[in-house]
Amino acid sequence: MAAATANPPARGARDPRARDRRNRGLLGLLAWACGIVFFLPFAWMVLTSLHGEQDAAANPPHLGASLTLHGYREFFGSGTGVSPWPPLVNSATASVASTLLVLLLAVPAAYALSIKPVRKWTDVMFFFLSTKMLPAVAGLLPVYLIAKNAGLLDDIWLLVVLYTSMNLPIAVWMMRSFLADVPAEIMEAASIDGAGLPTILARIVAPVVMPGIAATALISFIFSWNELLFARVLTGVVAGTAPVFLTGFVTSQGLFLAKVCAAAVCISLPVLAAGFAAQDKLVQGLSLGAVK
Amino acid sequence: MSTPSSTPSLSSRVRAPRAARGGPAAVPVPPPRTGPRVAWARRAPLLPALVFMIAVTQLPFVGTLVISFMRWNALDPGDRGFAGLSNYKAEFTDPTLRSSLTTTVVLTAAVVLVSLALGLGLALLLDRRFPGRGVVRTLLITPFLVVPVASALLWKHALYNASYGLLNGVLTWVWKLFGSSDAPQPDWLSQSPKLAVEASLIWQWTPFMMLILLAGLQSRPHDVVEAARVDGANSWQVFRHLTFPHLRRYLELAALLGTVYVVQNFDAVFTLTSGGLGTANLPYAVYSTFYQAHDYGQASAEGVIVVVLSIIVATFALRTVSSLLREEIR
Repeated sequence: MAAATANPPARGARDPRARDRRNRGLLGLLAWACGIVFFLPFAWMVLTSLHGEQDAAANPPHLGASLTLHGYREFFGSGTGVSPWPPLVNSATASVASTLLVLLLAVPAAYALSIKPVRKWTDVMFFFLSTKMLPAVAGLLPVYLIAKNAGLLDDIWLLVVLYTSMNLPIAVWMMRSFLADVPAEIMEAASIDGAGLPTILARIVAPVVMPGIAATALISFIFSWNELLFARVLTGVVAGTAPVFLTGFVTSQGLFLAKVCAAAVCISLPVLAAGFAAQDKLVQGLSLGAVK
Repeated sequence: MSTPSSTPSLSSRVRAPRAARGGPAAVPVPPPRTGPRVAWARRAPLLPALVFMIAVTQLPFVGTLVISFMRWNALDPGDRGFAGLSNYKAEFTDPTLRSSLTTTVVLTAAVVLVSLALGLGLALLLDRRFPGRGVVRTLLITPFLVVPVASALLWKHALYNASYGLLNGVLTWVWKLFGSSDAPQPDWLSQSPKLAVEASLIWQWTPFMMLILLAGLQSRPHDVVEAARVDGANSWQVFRHLTFPHLRRYLELAALLGTVYVVQNFDAVFTLTSGGLGTANLPYAVYSTFYQAHDYGQASAEGVIVVVLSIIVATFALRTVSSLLREEIR
């Protein structure tokens, strides 16, 4: 005590630092608490999916109930005989095919908007962006009428086309922001040294943008997999996707909570996997490349 | 290939934005090869995407615009014709349709503002170093990676349900802890349907806001903050005068993009309440007018109104994005 009063500056320097450390500890705890609160509904969904129907519907909640895969077996059709595979395959087809189509169209377009830009390239960029801002629901009816006349209702390829249009603007914006990172000086130097376009693309551009292409693909996949409105209106028994299947999964008979949670977990798994894989580029994609 | 042309109007066609970025002037730039063929060669990679987008997104909207002025109900196919503005008039005078307009505005504003505020708080917490920061970040983005329909079902059945949902389960549990057996068991979805829909959407969209704001925080110049701290600025002053001004554009961007996505929300309303109890927003109204009532003219008028609303928001969103884009080019 006496030493401290005799040496006020030292104490003054030590004290705020200790307070700082304590504050930092408390804020860290607060962050953990927030993380757990936000994660809780998801954790509850997973736990419920692993409980028997009786335990899942217990009030108050029966946390320590024995675990079972019954809900998952039900989802895969053990009770009803309705297999979830056709809608899952439809969703996979629509998501993967539209993602490939998106890349096929977006990568060359982004090239023409960044590396060798066309005149008024910013106007083109904003055209793409503005289509994303127009609600999809506004074009729903004409699409339905055209599809009906063309015999394309309940056809998974119609969804492939629509999902491509839904994700193409995002992909163009993302790919442009990735291609803009390619060092122009190196490309010019290679071109002066006599390298042709294929060599430049393969040796200089591809290594820089590959992670970007992967992130673009993952985000496009997520949005296609999640889509409900078009799938709900434009498909039926043949081409119904997983989200449509999920909305029809709730029955009014008996207990169904564990089964529904199991279905929700299964159908979310591909998105969770893709999202965590793209975690670092997720912001860039969601903000259309505006935030790095 | 074509020969270098001397037409000035064409040479401006290939003016590259890279030049504006100030590339090395020492590199001998070959004389720009211009001419229609070069211009088309530049455009060629762009055209498929452009044509595809115009065909798939713009043409249907023209259809919607035309049908919105028509009297057309699929249940009464004989009576089809020009209706003038009557669909729009109905939209603004029919109380249920008008309520879908206000619901859209209220729902979007509530979800965007609350998740923006929560996202800002979380981003500030995650901006500091603490043990397990990566894990907490992963926990926080999980809600965003649950399929929206699955999330809506989770909230509806596993959380809100009056007899076996987690919320009432916890109430029973807490009341039991204090020796009481008559815990309140509200029916969340029917007693406060709008709040219920909003809460589930806020849970999904807070991570989105947090990610954008966290990226904004981490792009802030740390040496300036250090200098301010050395000069004796406290945390609040640093936030008020340095962090917040830097973050403002990111807040705008997050709010606008969030608005663009939430205005279009269909999944939560469809799954949680099926548009009942005053929760039907415009996308749901378009869906039900078209898919259930088969009133094509009316549904199209609603679609046009959603578009006009979105254009208002989008104008601001585009301005923000373009300021970020211009800064990147500079």
